[in-house]
Amino acid sequence: MTTTLAEQDDFEAKRHSRLLKAIYVYEAPLRLWHWINALAVTVLAVTGYLIGTPLPGIGGEASAHYMMGWLRVLHFSFAWIFAFGFVGRIYWAFVGNRHARQIFLLPITSAKWWGEVWHEMKWYLFITREPYKYVGHNPMAQLMMFLFFTIGAVYMICTGCALYGEALGIDSWAYQSFSWVFTAVGGNSLQVHNWHRMGLWVTIIFVMLHVYAAFREDIMSRQSLISTMVSGWRMFKD
Amino acid sequence: MIETFYDVLRRQGITRRSFLKFCSLTATSLGLGAAAAPQIAHALETRPRTPVLWLHGLECTCCSESFIRSAHPLTKDVVLSMLSLDYDDTLMAAAGHQAEAALDEIRTRYKGNYILAVEGNPPLNEDGMFAIQGGRPFLEKLRETAADCKAIISWGSCASWGCVQAAYPNPTRATPVHKVITDKPIIKVPGCPPIAEVMTAVVTYMLTFDRIPELDRQGRPKMFYGQRIHDKCYRRAHFDAGQFAEEFDDDGAKKGYCLYKLGCKGPTSYNACSTVRWNGGVSFPIQSGHGCIGCSEDGFWDKGGFYERVTDIKQFGIESTADKVGGYAAAAVGVGIAAHAAATALARARNKTGIDAKIGKDHHEHA
Ligand code: HEM
Ligand code: HEM
Ligand code: SF4
Repeated sequence: MTTTLAEQDDFEAKRHSRLLKAIYVYEAPLRLWHWINALAVTVLAVTGYLIGTPLPGIGGEASAHYMMGWLRVLHFSFAWIFAFGFVGRIYWAFVGNRHARQIFLLPITSAKWWGEVWHEMKWYLFITREPYKYVGHNPMAQLMMFLFFTIGAVYMICTGCALYGEALGIDSWAYQSFSWVFTAVGGNSLQVHNWHRMGLWVTIIFVMLHVYAAFREDIMSRQSLISTMVSGWRMFKD
Repeated sequence: MIETFYDVLRRQGITRRSFLKFCSLTATSLGLGAAAAPQIAHALETRPRTPVLWLHGLECTCCSESFIRSAHPLTKDVVLSMLSLDYDDTLMAAAGHQAEAALDEIRTRYKGNYILAVEGNPPLNEDGMFAIQGGRPFLEKLRETAADCKAIISWGSCASWGCVQAAYPNPTRATPVHKVITDKPIIKVPGCPPIAEVMTAVVTYMLTFDRIPELDRQGRPKMFYGQRIHDKCYRRAHFDAGQFAEEFDDDGAKKGYCLYKLGCKGPTSYNACSTVRWNGGVSFPIQSGHGCIGCSEDGFWDKGGFYERVTDIKQFGIESTADKVGGYAAAAVGVGIAAHAAATALARARNKTGIDAKIGKDHHEHA
């Protein structure tokens, strides 16, 4: 008896599924936040870069253009998405599952955890042929996310809000609550611009490493990565 | 008998008519409206005169130069008469021992009641030997005079922040006034020099209302340092439009486009230049086609190029711009990622790493 193609597929899929194990890790709000946040960071990086070093200008009537105006409006709008998204993400760390707390809390007192950071390091240096399996972030990813993203986001929000306060005026809430940032760099807000801009490069570097690692791990590691951030389900390949 | 300001003014030959004009002018320049004019007049007629002592440390006298060029001759006359010129190294008539005696006299007679205006700052290295006045370090004189004063006005960027003599490497350790005198209210009026009208208005405010104007986070009067040059710049429309001069002699410069890309520091400088302007409202740097250099901001000499928008970061041993440091770092990371990806592909092709090594490349077929 010949089987139909569909039956054949079904048979294969069933056999295959015995190998695959899946766990639901990233809940919907976290996933939604991730992609909105990724979009916001991208827009912020591009508009921010252009605010500091604008493209060659355009001629004609000033009233006919609003180039810098739009760049700034876009930057500030996505800044709020980024900032409130981050606040929401902190909230989710309290109410979400334990994986939602990973980017905020590092088990730095656990020697075992550091050992696994080191193991992951060796995996990236081709010293180890086989990575461990993780349901949540692997320890090195966790460390990177904490250092670059969690700290970085707080830093960008503080320096950004200070600059925003300057534009709103010194009586504004933003200036009142964030002017300590100016004091921290010695009073001259030019330095805050420069430091905020330094944050841009740190962000770019994080995103480069992060996206590379996501794709590489997706292919090389023993678990799914990108589809996990889309569907929430972590699949294991062995 | 207590002398009032009005008495002094009349003695100096200022008519009542001029006096009243001055009062309304001042009320307007302080943004207080016409109703405040009689109040100012009343205060000046009844309040005992507060002497102002004007000391000079390490400085170039540009603040004094600016001050005596206050636009309205009336303002200048009145304010100069209000100041006790019994002591001001550059403006007083007395000299030598006579001058020092005058200083002592005011200090004892008006103990706790005079205002100390400081132009320049004390250098602290070598026990203050880099500024000697009357045979003693200026530092000593400043401390002594400050001890009995009511409040201090720090004129200009020297007294407020340190300015050029405090720029890196600051060989004399020139130090702004507020870091030497810590127990008195200090009003900073920075700028190199500050705008004349701003200076006279600050003095007038303090003398007439007998209180310190509202100050910002860094101790500058909000009424003049509450907004950035950028907030009131007449080229702002070009900034928002994205129209920039790229070179000092290009078409954009001729058309009066925004000087942002030529390093204008207007977006980070708090001062009144774009509203009050200079030399009696004739012009100000940006109007003359040169970007703001941020002379009223802390440490403006040491913040990188005047003609660059993204300037040097000078902290933690970094002395380069964010774009240079960050750009190179990002490029290095990019190269690293490419190399790592290539190495990964190679190892994978040889089936030596990762999931392929673990379960065999062709596990789909044989599973
Ligand atoms: C990952 C997040 C962010 C990135 C990559 C980013 C990047 C940048 C860059 C490169 C600049 C130009 C700096 C300069 O050269 O002067 C800038 C300016 C600015 N950013 Fe951000 N930023 C981020 C988040 C924020 C946030 C959260 C705020 C908060 C409101 C903010 C507010 C501002 C403001 C007010 C300016 C100054 C605009 C101006 O000078 O007109 N940014 N940003
Ligand atoms: C094409 C772009 C991107 C892809 C494919 C991607 C992919 C991923 C994946 C697969 C994870 C889960 C990692 C794991 O399971 O261990 C993740 C997590 C994360 N990503 Fe991205 N990402 C992208 C862009 C970004 C950007 C631009 C940012 C922001 C700077 C970002 C920030 C984060 C953070 C903070 C997490 C941790 C999530 C959490 O635990 O809440 N990602 N990303
Ligand atoms: S010239 Fe300077 S202050 Fe004026 S709008 Fe341009 S950047 Fe701002």
